[in-house]
Amino acid sequence: MSISQIILELFEGLLVSVQIFAITLLFSLPLGLVVALGRMSKNSTVSGITKVYISIMRGTPLMLQLFVVYYGPYYLFNIKLNPTYRNMAVYIGFIINYAAYFAEIYRSGIQSMPVGQYEAADILGYSKVQTFFSIIMPQVIKRILPSVTNEVITLVKDTSLAFSISVMEMFTKAKALSSSQTSMTPLIVAGVFYYVFNFIVAYMMEKAEKKLDYYK
Amino acid sequence: MIKFEDVGKRYPNGYEGLKHINLEIGQGEFVAIIGLSGAGKSTLIRTINRMHDVTSGSLTVDGTDVMSLSGKSLRRFRRKIGMIFQSFNLITRTTVIKNVLTAFVPDMPWYRSLFGIYNEEEKMKALEALDKVGILNKAFVRADQLSGGQQQRVALARTLAQSPQIILADEPVASLDPVTAKQVMNDFKRINQDMNISILINIHHVDLALKYCTRVIGISAGEIVYDGPSDKVDKAILNQIYGGGQEEEV
Repeated sequence: MSISQIILELFEGLLVSVQIFAITLLFSLPLGLVVALGRMSKNSTVSGITKVYISIMRGTPLMLQLFVVYYGPYYLFNIKLNPTYRNMAVYIGFIINYAAYFAEIYRSGIQSMPVGQYEAADILGYSKVQTFFSIIMPQVIKRILPSVTNEVITLVKDTSLAFSISVMEMFTKAKALSSSQTSMTPLIVAGVFYYVFNFIVAYMMEKAEKKLDYYK
Repeated sequence: MIKFEDVGKRYPNGYEGLKHINLEIGQGEFVAIIGLSGAGKSTLIRTINRMHDVTSGSLTVDGTDVMSLSGKSLRRFRRKIGMIFQSFNLITRTTVIKNVLTAFVPDMPWYRSLFGIYNEEEKMKALEALDKVGILNKAFVRADQLSGGQQQRVALARTLAQSPQIILADEPVASLDPVTAKQVMNDFKRINQDMNISILINIHHVDLALKYCTRVIGISAGEIVYDGPSDKVDKAILNQIYGGGQEEEV
């Protein structure tokens, strides 16, 4: 198998990895906000439930969570799902896991806002919703962007965990090719792909950070 | 007119923050409230815009019973009353003009406020407010690059942009140097005289209070111990307000 064939094969896998990455972000970023608000809720039932949820998501391996999401419906409830559920399981597993991490980042950002900001909004006659979206959120986003960047970069690498339930993403392919060709090359090529992917992510986040930092 | 009738404030732990407060403050007055830390100055000022609740008596502003307000009516009521804080409470990482423009958000449709889109009229008003406090040239500078005095003026411009009838100032010059403090006090005085806005100011600097304000209210342990013109305040009265702890400073 020539190197160009390996690259082509892995590139197909990369597209799947990118898909997992994009869908996870698309849903976990807003879901994280909902979880964060639940975590800060004055209602003790709501805050209690979200606290346990976050604790489990952060306290157990993502690989194990993927297994539970994928095999759980069959083992626990005897529901037979067709194999295409595999991709769905990966999305669900990643989204609920990452939402928990994002929620904690949001919460730390929101709680770091000085009381004075809320007071100033109060005396200007802002409603709670206006205060949150016009005063608090824009400032929180600037503060938490570096932590979010960290998480996003981790996510790029974590997509390889989809290997554990045999989703045909880049790492799964690299591992298969490496065994069949008895060669190191596919793993190295995959490593380069991951690195470039992250390099682009880091670059874009840095741009966003700079753009937000001034006059906005 | 702000009218306190036998107002009291008792905290849930039983501590009495304000006791039997009777006050009438007419439109356009410039009042200083002096007293020791913890005497109840902040509490008194913050009951007027309902940042604190009163627990007995009645408090009315232009005939409106402040304690009867809630939700939307309270927010609308607060639009008429500006407030200035010791720590300015600006959005530091954005421009001065955008800080002033935040004053318009409550009156804007939600889609404009969400994306921070302001119209020409609002922008003109914001610039006018900055002009009134003499920092028009700083309009497009980031707020955290200004000095303390300039930041307090931005806060003042933000308050002016909401066209208030009353401005409450909670220790507005406490974190400023003496020269800057005087400049900010001059701003207050000019606003008071030119625009007939009532100003109530909590202040630790007795000399500034006597120099700039026309009326002084002295508070000690939650009670009013002096209420009269500032030129009648003498050492005996200050001793009464500060419980004899006042050194030879005035």
